[in-house]
Amino acid sequence: MPVDTARRVTKMGMDDESTSATQRLLSTLTAAEESETTGQDPTVAFDGLRVTRDADDEFTLTIDAADIAQSSLNAGALESLLAGDELESVAAYVTNWHYWQETVGGEGTARRAFLRWCEHASLSVSAGTQGGNGDERGAEQGQKQDRTLSVPDRYAALQDGIDREWGQLCITARFADVDHSDGERVYDLWHVADAGTDIADLTVYDDPGEAREIATYDEDGRYRPLKTAPTLETGWAFTGLSGEELVDAVGFFYPATIANWHREREGNLDIDHWTETADRQSGIYEVVSELPREAVDWMAEACCVDSQCLRRREWEYEDGDELDANGGDGPFPCREPCSLVVAAARKWAIAESESERTYELELTPTERNQLEELIDAVADDRTDEIREADVNDGANRYRARYLRAKRFSDEGGLAMREQSETESEAESN
Amino acid sequence: MDMQALVIAAHGSHLNPDASTPTYAHADTIRETGAFDEVREAFWKEEPHFREVIRTLESDEVFVVPLFISEGYFTEQVIPRELRLGGWEPDKWESDGTSASQVTLEAEDVGKTIHYCGPVGTHDAMTDVIVQRAESVTDDPDVGEGFGLAVVGHGTERNENSAKAIEYHTERIRKRDRFDEVKAVFMDEEPEVDDVTEFFESDDIVVVPLFIADGYHTQEDIPEDMGLTEDYRLGWDVPAEVDGHRIWYAGAVGTEGLMADVLLERAADAGAELGDAIDRVRQITSPANGADGDASRHSQAGD
Repeated sequence: MPVDTARRVTKMGMDDESTSATQRLLSTLTAAEESETTGQDPTVAFDGLRVTRDADDEFTLTIDAADIAQSSLNAGALESLLAGDELESVAAYVTNWHYWQETVGGEGTARRAFLRWCEHASLSVSAGTQGGNGDERGAEQGQKQDRTLSVPDRYAALQDGIDREWGQLCITARFADVDHSDGERVYDLWHVADAGTDIADLTVYDDPGEAREIATYDEDGRYRPLKTAPTLETGWAFTGLSGEELVDAVGFFYPATIANWHREREGNLDIDHWTETADRQSGIYEVVSELPREAVDWMAEACCVDSQCLRRREWEYEDGDELDANGGDGPFPCREPCSLVVAAARKWAIAESESERTYELELTPTERNQLEELIDAVADDRTDEIREADVNDGANRYRARYLRAKRFSDEGGLAMREQSETESEAESN
Repeated sequence: MDMQALVIAAHGSHLNPDASTPTYAHADTIRETGAFDEVREAFWKEEPHFREVIRTLESDEVFVVPLFISEGYFTEQVIPRELRLGGWEPDKWESDGTSASQVTLEAEDVGKTIHYCGPVGTHDAMTDVIVQRAESVTDDPDVGEGFGLAVVGHGTERNENSAKAIEYHTERIRKRDRFDEVKAVFMDEEPEVDDVTEFFESDDIVVVPLFIADGYHTQEDIPEDMGLTEDYRLGWDVPAEVDGHRIWYAGAVGTEGLMADVLLERAADAGAELGDAIDRVRQITSPANGADGDASRHSQAGD
């Protein structure tokens, strides 16, 4: 059963949510005492809040950031303090504890880390040290982007909503109820390009499963086989999602990105470089390991840069042998060549096994330039933008048809002569 | 109880968005039952990839069911390798080619327990799905008398177990004595689907391709080869008249809603605790209860 549902049941019937959070915290302290046998005072410590119960049933409340340190409190006094009767800022720490420890839970999970990231909360990495065999560069990059906020700062910001970007997704974390904040967060999700669009102009969804449909086709209705391609359609929004629903929706838009981002932050992202992935292939893909070293550079430049895929490429040719192309700047890492790259690599591996030849053909300088313009237009996915009558553009359809009419032979294809090997050898000698 | 997850491992496609539609539909049916804490689709050609699906789960107990028709290259090599199933080898299934049930292994990148199940296509429950497919396409819950049933397979060209799976279900349906005739036909070996009308005496023949998703084979190749239509783009009638027979062509069996039941049966055989989920799925996907039956709503004759 989803954690959320269980929690909501326990909260039913409570009039005031901060009272509920207070009582939950007190009962947690009490329960802890009953099960504690080590002699240590039962303690609730979270996000700067620390409450301890000593052997004499007296409590100590400490919030360093707010300069609060009160000891020798009886249960009634503590309850009143926690509910924010005297210091309003204390209540924020209590409902914050309740939201993260009781509603979200999942200590150590990627889900929890992601939701914490959404509101700039500190990463609750246990010891704060980077261990494992993960890629240091990536881990550092993950850390650098973080600017963590204290509980009061987060609570102030959550009133209006905190925005974060995840690829082409914009995520807003906010309080479910701004007027009577019980610490319960909800999340909105939409396309970064729609940030300035009135919500009334967007199609609003609440079922995370709908994200699958949105992610399947681009703006022109073409199939998107690569989920992290920067071609996500605009015009939609998910509003009021629970944390769990947000993680599900992001998982449908960008599968496994949260899991790999989390592993990177924890210092245990398992990167498979090109040679490892290529050597593992079998069947029709076995051939990809024959792709020449320099071709892997061209491939990464063709497929893996930010204009084609929003994952940040962390894999290289092999350990210690980096590829030339820029891996990208996105928040989530790419830990190994994806299935599209492997499928394309098969095509290139077979093509690269051919030997080069020298061809001779006649072109005017303008026609030679036009060939380059045609290649650029396709490579930059610009063919749709070329205006019908823009004959100045070499990739214009009429220009291409003219070139074909003039230069293609009756059998089709460019009319050209292939130099025989002996001839070209003779030339190069 | 530990959290348990179901992973549906399917082929997917770089080119055809409909390839994954049945996978999503069956996953949603199973989500509706709430039997698993997590249900995840995973693909060879789409995302999440087999390689990265297990790490997206919080559950420690994971049931992986291949949405494939037969034991072979994908179920024996590709999926276990990509999931990093430690100690896997095909012998662990102790299968004769159609009898794989499950093996419990560990996914080495995440340290989770993986119950790696046999493919849906060889499970006994698949026989019921084929029959239900015949019921859906004829819109007759009692279809059988006066009807022949042809089960279409890919054939042995790539994998001998592929034909075994087809013959296994054909034999099981034949023993039920429900249809006048039941025969296995193939795309690339004898008896060939092209000549289907030659193998049946019955006027009415239901043709059910044992494929997971609709695509080139089921929507272009087979309809044209059987003579249902000159050009697949023009669609075809159901039933269509061919050589004096009426052919009731069903499209891929994998799009039938009841496939969700086979996925659950696989997981149950491997020890998943499902409560009444199997009964509920049978109810949800039963055409008698108003279910569409067809999980993919693929374009059909006359569309």
